Amino acid sequence: MTHTGQFCTFYLDHLLFGVESLKIQEVVPYRPLRPVPLAPAAVSGLMNLRGQVVVALELRRQLDLPERPAHMTPVCLVLRASEGSVCLLADEVGDVVQVADDTFEPAPQTLPPRLRSMIRGVHKLEHQLMHVLDTDRTCEVQAASEERSEP
Amino acid sequence: MSDLDIVKEFLIESNENLDRLDRNLVELEKHPADREILADIFRTIHTIKGTSGFLAFPKLEAVAHGGENLLARLRDGELRLNPEITTALLALVDAVRQMLETIGANGSDGNNDYPELIARLKILQEGSAAPAPTMERPAPAPAPAPAPPPPADTCQKFQPTPDRLGALLVAQKRITAEELARALQDQEKGNKRPLGEILVGHGALTTEELQESLKILNESRSTPTEDATIRVRVAQLDRLMNLVGELVLARNRIQQWVGSKSDSGLVSTSQRLNLITTELQEGVMKTRLQPIGNIWSKFPRTVRDVALGCGKQVRIEMEGRETELDKTIIEAIKDPLTHLVRNAVDHGIEPPEVRQAAGKPSEGCLRLRAFHEGGQVNIEITDDGAGLNLEKIRDNALQRELISAEQASRLSERELCNLIFLPGLSTAEKVTNVSGRGVGMDVVRTNIEKIGGMVDIQSKSGQGTTVRMKIPLTLAIIPALIVTSAGERYAIPQVSLLELVGLDRDQARTGIETIHKAPVYRLRGRLLPLVCLNRELEVGARAANAATSSAVSADQSCLLDFAKARYMHEQWLDRLRQVLDGSATMTVEQAGSPTQCGLGKWLYESGLKDYSNIPEIHQVEAAHKCFHELVRGVVALKAKRDGAGAEHAYTELGQASGKVLDLLRAVEAKVLSCQNVNIVVLQADGREFGLVVDEVNDTEEIVVKPLGKHLKDISVYAGATIMGDGKVALILDVLGIAQRAHILAEGREPSRAETEPAAAASAENKQKLVLFAGRAGARMAVPLDLLARLENIPGSQVERSGNQWVTQYRGQILPLIRVTHALEERRQMPSEQDDALPLPTSAMLQVLVLENQQRSFGLVVNQILDIVESALETQSPPTRPGVLYSAVIAERVTEILDVPAILNAGEIRPPAAAHRAGS
Repeated sequence: MTHTGQFCTFYLDHLLFGVESLKIQEVVPYRPLRPVPLAPAAVSGLMNLRGQVVVALELRRQLDLPERPAHMTPVCLVLRASEGSVCLLADEVGDVVQVADDTFEPAPQTLPPRLRSMIRGVHKLEHQLMHVLDTDRTCEVQAASEERSEP
Repeated sequence: MSDLDIVKEFLIESNENLDRLDRNLVELEKHPADREILADIFRTIHTIKGTSGFLAFPKLEAVAHGGENLLARLRDGELRLNPEITTALLALVDAVRQMLETIGANGSDGNNDYPELIARLKILQEGSAAPAPTMERPAPAPAPAPAPPPPADTCQKFQPTPDRLGALLVAQKRITAEELARALQDQEKGNKRPLGEILVGHGALTTEELQESLKILNESRSTPTEDATIRVRVAQLDRLMNLVGELVLARNRIQQWVGSKSDSGLVSTSQRLNLITTELQEGVMKTRLQPIGNIWSKFPRTVRDVALGCGKQVRIEMEGRETELDKTIIEAIKDPLTHLVRNAVDHGIEPPEVRQAAGKPSEGCLRLRAFHEGGQVNIEITDDGAGLNLEKIRDNALQRELISAEQASRLSERELCNLIFLPGLSTAEKVTNVSGRGVGMDVVRTNIEKIGGMVDIQSKSGQGTTVRMKIPLTLAIIPALIVTSAGERYAIPQVSLLELVGLDRDQARTGIETIHKAPVYRLRGRLLPLVCLNRELEVGARAANAATSSAVSADQSCLLDFAKARYMHEQWLDRLRQVLDGSATMTVEQAGSPTQCGLGKWLYESGLKDYSNIPEIHQVEAAHKCFHELVRGVVALKAKRDGAGAEHAYTELGQASGKVLDLLRAVEAKVLSCQNVNIVVLQADGREFGLVVDEVNDTEEIVVKPLGKHLKDISVYAGATIMGDGKVALILDVLGIAQRAHILAEGREPSRAETEPAAAASAENKQKLVLFAGRAGARMAVPLDLLARLENIPGSQVERSGNQWVTQYRGQILPLIRVTHALEERRQMPSEQDDALPLPTSAMLQVLVLENQQRSFGLVVNQILDIVESALETQSPPTRPGVLYSAVIAERVTEILDVPAILNAGEIRPPAAAHRAGS
């Protein structure tokens, strides 16, 4: 798999992440979401995206990062996924960067396996490491646990 | 167009043609002389042969060729169609279908050469009487009705309907070839008139004959109507449907917004937009509709195969094949319908000997009927077979412990019939390859109910069985009830909705009981299990629903003394006044934090927190905090001996305090309404249960949107929708909720509809009645269809108008007629009927709002008892005017009121006359 190309970057808890820009359908400002009771924890809610009902996933929760502080308004990255669109909630959108294979390194073995499946590796950018997300894997959530205890 | 596209087109076209072939072949068996059908079959096979040769599918070509040869001889009248040939031709269709599938899957026509089939076709083609070699299907044991001898004209060489007038006239033997030749010569010589007129001029035929022939000619010319339709990809239609859904939502939002504007141009434009959107929505919906004939067309073949397989003779009749349904629904009912058809032939219709012995024609008849009714499609499958063996069903159900012996003895005929929808029940004596395994009917019911349909079965011994289905037109846009739970809206599809029950705080406390810990409500004497939506969804606060924890909340509602809370708050101002006046002292510490004062304690510790989903509570807390800041400010200024500053700050307190009190009142209203219990009575898989929700909003047509893969696993949701305000609402899956709440456990016990004796009466002459108590407990009833609403009207809202009670109801004046007076006035004038009609003394009047001839009036009754369905078998003549007749309902003699008569008596008669008439 090649890791060259244009990446759309965004921040999560001060970490820089990137997804192939071709996978991004659009970036829309945050709007109130319709919470879905009994849904997996990573599902923040449902969004009305011009008449389409789109699931919004909280990337911080999905990537085991600390919860977003209450004062911070997330942005919505809408991905073209295999079955309709999926919206990912991130802290802030960064630049679109062009990277080549030579800066890429796969994720180290020390990363927990669940994260390693989502983070393909990093590109060593000048100032920061850009985590390359596998969008398909990132959009997968554990099956809704119906036994989840009361919040 | 690439090769692949051509192949794809070929596959689509051929598959459609094959479906028609199946139909045509079965049809042809019945009318072997029909040359049109034969020509159609020939053409189809010929096309397949030609195209497959062109696309280089040699095996397919060979098979089609074999069929074509046989068909050519049939067409030329050299062979006569017999069941053997039909079977071979059907086998050919199967083979072609299989090959097309292979082509669709791997692009080649596979490895099977079908040598046996080709050989068999060849043998048949040569007219040899040799028995058919064993093929995929065992040869039918008794040949069905031998094909009738062909009429004389089949033996002629087949000719398609001539497309020229002259040829047609000759073929019809209206003119001779010589006459035609003469007329044609005339035309060549320069006669400009049309041929027909020339012939009429020659006296060869009359004008009437000419007209007739011209009509036939026009019909035969206009038959191919390919230009009238085009093929559209389903994906494209789905996209259009989505877009229209969006347009509907955009329209809804515009309408909400325009509602608040007074610009007439804008309003009229939005009305126009509304109209167009609605029409567009209907139009797009229609493009997705398909005639049910599309799936029915396979049934003649199915029936033929099954009938041959079990040695029966069955004819299939169809009515309403043009009835249209949404594509998704058509697909969903295909399997259940096929199952029912096979079942009817295999079990329903008896073998010919048995039928003849019973005095019926040896050929059984299976009737399919489809028609629209009330926004739904009804489908009926009727056979004229032996009917269901009810005894056997009863025994079988008992044996398998699907019902108890006590239940079995009570079940009516109709209920027994419906037992066959229970899983595991089969009446077939032997298991065949078609049916009798005991699965199937329950799957039929599940599948039909899954798409919001209903299925019912009726059977008459010796006369046959009818299965009736009611299917919604579409699944894309459905009517739904919108409810609120924990501040979020949910939509409940209206198909599962039975009724709504609203209980106020006191009714809820007494009406909701618990069995161990499971809450139940007595709905007309029956225990209805209650499911709390908040609890199932794990949302909202514990006590937000009084129903599920009525004991707890009952205590808490006592603790939540709002008057005391307001009093505690109001004290502050007085105390501060005293502090300012110097008659009391207070330090900043004593002024305390917002959590320590009386109201603060009440706010945070009294259990109000259990209602934390009420937004006003947070507002009141904020206002309270703000108030405390100001109090501290006043106290601090006073401590600094800044009297004027303190006085000024004190004046500001008044406003803050007012805000706190206002919010407290709002919270109180909300909390009280929270203690009201709204029960949505639902039905899932034949079981009833009450879903307790915070609020019942409205009914609405909603556009169903699928949930993504992330949420598909959550069984309580059926989808999502976008409301008029652009917000997303979740659609509840009633079946899923019932399962989650364990309403649907393993052991099935039939619902009320299946067990209650009231339902035992035959469906035909049943009438729904509202039962109520008249004077001295006398029972009375009015037909339910006259009833618009049941209302409780406070006695204080009743006013006098002449000699009548009236009330203001929904912006209209509603005359109120007391049932006791309406009936008794004419029998004996009651003494209290004075000039000054007394106003009601009771606090609350129970009123049946009835509608008769577009006029509404309220019938004041002592007590509404029940709504019953009754057969009204035992009737006796009326005992007094205003009564239609008396009947025994629920084991009590009940008077059925003559509503028009009461209405006339109550309205036409002027008050004074009434008085005189009585005295």
